[in-house]
Amino acid sequence: MAEFKTNPEILQPENVVYKRTELLTKKDLSYCPGCGHGTAHRIIMEVIEEMGIQSETIAVAPVGCSVLAYDFMDVDIQQAAHGRAPAVATAIKRLFPNKFVFTYQGDGDLAAIGTAETIHACNRGENITIFFINNGIYGMTGGQMAPTTLPGMKSSTSPYGRDVATMGNPLKMTELVAHLPGTYYVTRQAVHSPSAVRKAKKAVRKAFENQKLNKGISFVEIVSNCNSGWKMTPLQSNEWMVDNMFPYYPIGDIKVSDDK
Amino acid sequence: MKELRLMKGNEAFAEACIRAGADGYFGYPITPQSEVMEYLMSQKTHERTGMVTLQAESEIAAINMVYGGAGCGKRVLTSSSSPGMSLKQEGISYIAGAELPCLLLNVVRGGPGLGTIQPAQSDYFQSTKGGGHGDYRLIVLAPSSVQEMADFAGLGFELAFKYRNPVLVLSDGAIGQMMEKVYLDEQKPRFTEEEIRKNTPWATIGKTPDRDHNIITSLDLDSLKMEQHNHDLQAKYRKMEENEVRYEKISCDDAEYLFVAYGTSARICQKSIQLARAEGIKVGLLRPITLFPFPKKPIKEMAAQVKGILCVEMSAGQMIEDVQLAVEGRIKVDHFGRYGGIVHSPIEIVEALKKQIIGG
Repeated sequence: MAEFKTNPEILQPENVVYKRTELLTKKDLSYCPGCGHGTAHRIIMEVIEEMGIQSETIAVAPVGCSVLAYDFMDVDIQQAAHGRAPAVATAIKRLFPNKFVFTYQGDGDLAAIGTAETIHACNRGENITIFFINNGIYGMTGGQMAPTTLPGMKSSTSPYGRDVATMGNPLKMTELVAHLPGTYYVTRQAVHSPSAVRKAKKAVRKAFENQKLNKGISFVEIVSNCNSGWKMTPLQSNEWMVDNMFPYYPIGDIKVSDDK
Repeated sequence: MKELRLMKGNEAFAEACIRAGADGYFGYPITPQSEVMEYLMSQKTHERTGMVTLQAESEIAAINMVYGGAGCGKRVLTSSSSPGMSLKQEGISYIAGAELPCLLLNVVRGGPGLGTIQPAQSDYFQSTKGGGHGDYRLIVLAPSSVQEMADFAGLGFELAFKYRNPVLVLSDGAIGQMMEKVYLDEQKPRFTEEEIRKNTPWATIGKTPDRDHNIITSLDLDSLKMEQHNHDLQAKYRKMEENEVRYEKISCDDAEYLFVAYGTSARICQKSIQLARAEGIKVGLLRPITLFPFPKKPIKEMAAQVKGILCVEMSAGQMIEDVQLAVEGRIKVDHFGRYGGIVHSPIEIVEALKKQIIGG
């Protein structure tokens, strides 16, 4: 890591406007430079720090790029089998109803192999939080087609573009779970710009507050980029995401339950 | 004070789990073991002891719920029957890899595929040789009575926590469904959160300032570390082989021939012994109670005493491979099986002994 020289006169507590949350470990992130996972990790850990719930939080990591999330998130954490994080989280929460339990899953994990676990945890209204990072591709295994890959989008297993006639349509999992009576708060966010990060962080906070109030499941999708898998620069991938992913996966709250 | 009840094997197991201080059951219905979850639900376990009983959306979800609960240091279990156990194998491999304690029950039915709902012992290979991917073993307890269905619940949890390893109770449709008298232990308390923090310091129940965050995983991308992890697992399995072998010998003192059988087959063999001895054939029974670790040594010792061994299994011949390995070719070892849901008659076992071992 590069050493930065800082002027000790400037580095005074009253001058600090931003610092890395203590709840991210000192380990170097394994994500590609430009990937949205790092920011998503950060805002979740910042919220846990701000709410003072580190000692009551149990996280569940997936299989995929964020399989090593347990190395970066400084909370007690279990790494689940591919797609099974909502089942793992269900048991943890049922056995410790007063603790905060969340899953952190990618699109292959949550929307393909784990479809049943996702839908049934949502349908039971488990009092947990699901973070769903949707970048439309299998990053870890080398850029294969995901359930959320857009029509015409190229991947290593759809090299001529996703043909919906033979490969099916991209799955809008978030809209799907919003229909279930068990979900309390369903939202879709992004972390590609400062304003988007601020909004996403508010959604993360709301999800944990809901859990504190035993409101049932909160489902937070974060549409993200995969510059390596999409074979673009980080900037290109963010622009491509805005132009192509957002029209299909529109950003904003999808279901906000009112308290009666 | 033990309580005497008349119960089905499946119900006795469920009741014994509650009394052993179980924290959570996660299951999916399948014949012939559905009474386990039905009984737990009828008992309102959440009110009775605080135990969670949850019907999952699939066997796959159920075993991963067990992973989550076990990773928190809780006493958790699942039960199923053969096709459902096949679905659970991925999760069991993860649990073994992450070294988590839990209790599993397989009330075996005939296979392969959807097979039949009648009793069988055709999941021996799956149960004792790993079952899922990777090099791992379960401790496998084979009950041959309703009493042992109850006893192995408490014993199973004890061994699971002693070794941080899944323990499988390998029953079958006959023992799960039949009713017998059973003596039940008194209610044990469930673990408190303080006890979990003290006794299972690896459990993920919230990071406190005095320790690093706990991680439950079966992954290590550094292959040298993964090889070391496998060395450690193998050392643990050898320790089980040294310390946990359990078996029963019946009418073996003067035996010239030997049955080796477990579970329902072992019960039928006891009747066959009476029939054979009435004809002057001195035959005994060695009943493995732990299928892993397998009682190799006692079988090897019996091989020095008897003239031949008949393995009686409700399968096409699976345990016989372990018996042959123990006997090392010293004497004749043969297999007599009924399968696909058929149970042996005592007479046909005696006939098989005469034909395949004595006359063979």
